[in-house]
Amino acid sequence: MSTVATPARPTASRQASGGMNVKLVNRIVIYGLLALFALFYLMPLFVMLVTSFKTMDEIQNGNMLSLPKAPTFDPWLKAWGETCVGLTCAGIKGYFWNSIKMVVPAVIISTLLGALNGYVLTKWRFRGATLVFGLMLFACFIPFQSVLLPMATILGSVGRFGVTLQNSIGTSLGLGNSTVNLVFVHVVYGIGFTTLFFRNYYEAFPTELVKAAQVDGASFFQIFRRIMLPNSMPIFVVTVIYQFTNIWNDFLFASAYAGTGDSMPMTVALNNVVNTSTGVVEYNVNMAAAMIAALPTLLVYVLAGRYFVRGLMAGAVKG
Amino acid sequence: MAFLEIDGLRKRFGQIEILKGIDVELEKGGFLVLVGPSGCGKSTLLNTIAGLETITSGEIRIDGRAVNDLHPSKRDIAMVFQSYALYPNMTVAGNISFGMEMRGVPADERQKAIDKVAKVLQIGHLLQRKPSQLSGGQRQRVAMGRALVRDPKLFLFDEPLSNLDAKLRVDMRIEIKRLHATTGTTIVYVTHDQIEAMTLATKIAVMRDGEVQQFGTPAEIYNNPSNLFVADFMGSPAMNLIPATVATSGNALSVVLQREAREPISLPMANAPAGLSAFQGKPIIFGVRPESLTDPEGAERNASNIATADLHIEVVEPAGSDTFAVTNLGGKGVVARLRADANIQPGTSTPLAFNLTKAVFFDPATENRIR
Repeated sequence: MSTVATPARPTASRQASGGMNVKLVNRIVIYGLLALFALFYLMPLFVMLVTSFKTMDEIQNGNMLSLPKAPTFDPWLKAWGETCVGLTCAGIKGYFWNSIKMVVPAVIISTLLGALNGYVLTKWRFRGATLVFGLMLFACFIPFQSVLLPMATILGSVGRFGVTLQNSIGTSLGLGNSTVNLVFVHVVYGIGFTTLFFRNYYEAFPTELVKAAQVDGASFFQIFRRIMLPNSMPIFVVTVIYQFTNIWNDFLFASAYAGTGDSMPMTVALNNVVNTSTGVVEYNVNMAAAMIAALPTLLVYVLAGRYFVRGLMAGAVKG
Repeated sequence: MAFLEIDGLRKRFGQIEILKGIDVELEKGGFLVLVGPSGCGKSTLLNTIAGLETITSGEIRIDGRAVNDLHPSKRDIAMVFQSYALYPNMTVAGNISFGMEMRGVPADERQKAIDKVAKVLQIGHLLQRKPSQLSGGQRQRVAMGRALVRDPKLFLFDEPLSNLDAKLRVDMRIEIKRLHATTGTTIVYVTHDQIEAMTLATKIAVMRDGEVQQFGTPAEIYNNPSNLFVADFMGSPAMNLIPATVATSGNALSVVLQREAREPISLPMANAPAGLSAFQGKPIIFGVRPESLTDPEGAERNASNIATADLHIEVVEPAGSDTFAVTNLGGKGVVARLRADANIQPGTSTPLAFNLTKAVFFDPATENRIR
């Protein structure tokens, strides 16, 4: 009986200290797991990075995870300027610029069109605006693969029209050029997403500003350029990051519509670098090429990343 | 011919009629207040005048010119919005001059106009700031500056004070009134606040459900409400609207009010409106404003028709400048407005004076005034 009657205090304090221990163990488990997953996730990047600074000797005879004994930039230089992509051996630099030439216009055009769509769908509502938006939203759910063939047909016709133009007026206006084709494909495919982003952002944008500008005598495009665009920075950053990453990393469209020749983008070229079978597989060069291919998206994230989450949240809450 | 004329204006959204035939006119230099509860169509009406909403039928004329099909910027109007609608990406100066920029006014003229307006509104030191760096009252001034700088024929205000705190609201109200007095501009002003309506307007249009209930000067609206809605909506505290019956004694009419647990009060009607005799023995609504139900010493001396009755006081509310006493008549709480120092206790019976000259009567079935 006396054990039952013992004062509650010591028991309570013992429980409390037990609670402390459980808490500590919980923390250790949580952070331990986090660290483990982070390590697991970063491992490939680490291997890529260290391998790209090693010589072939070191790769063949050493440990994959060990740091390079004598770091060398040669693999990077070779990947950039000398390595073989298919049969041409002039490095990946040409293809890197191909990607830039394709991605920059595609991102700018699709983002501006998305902004324009969002502006019209929220501030100049017309009968059936919701239906149009619904259909555009639907475009976000169409799998890439299902548009490959129809798009190829369309691009074929556009190309033939380009040839006709070339023969009659002396210039094809870029129609049929595979970089132009890719820009077109990515703009078409991207409009659904960019429209979604901008519509949700502009839905919460005060309509009174548009009315005030109308009273001030601003035209449709003046309001867009002077009032809407300057106040859309967060959603612009989100859209640009999203589009840039998607288009830069795209392999399917790139390999389908620009898979051969001089205009192939970085992703396809990288694939060809790795698949080129002449003698030894130069892992260090391959890794350096892959790192170079990943750098621009990384750069965009670092420069604009902090707006990314903020902008996504803004769109999500008010949408 | 009036300066602003609105004839039979109708606005329909699909099946729903928002404005059901509005007829309003305003003389040059007048101050028209559109007042009513939310959803009555007052803001829609203002937007149609501005040209921000199309109209289904009817006509709007400004200074004799039909503006139905004109773009907002061509109507020679300026508008102050409820949220101020300052462009967040531009400085105060940029906000004020944006309209001129759109019309292609040269930069030095714009600068002159900005300086002039900044002087009138005392916002000179704010010109290079962004709207986010301004307080509510300053934003309000800038919004007014943006309207003033256009020197338009017609100013439109859409609930411009509703985002300000109580004290600032009173200050800005006085400022708007002063602005109107000094510049002599014509103003249409939307509010749901009947005090703003009373204090600012030269003409008031009381609206409900897309219809103008009454259109007149503030005094007309206050003293001669045309129906129950207007009587109830205008005035604070609201008019007492007491269920009553009409009786005859000899050939004089009297109004009978039920008191709680005592015999009814009979108020003799010496100057009853002609229409009241048709309601003998029938129920009516007897309307009397709180200031017309007061302590006998405080009653207006020159009022010709005063009746005094003992009333049971339920609640006393000293408000500083006045004391409000709540009693019960016809089954409803009735507010009387007494002098601040009136010696009155809750739970007692006190004689109160009805100023029957100011009393109004309504038909409970149609809610219209009995005249």
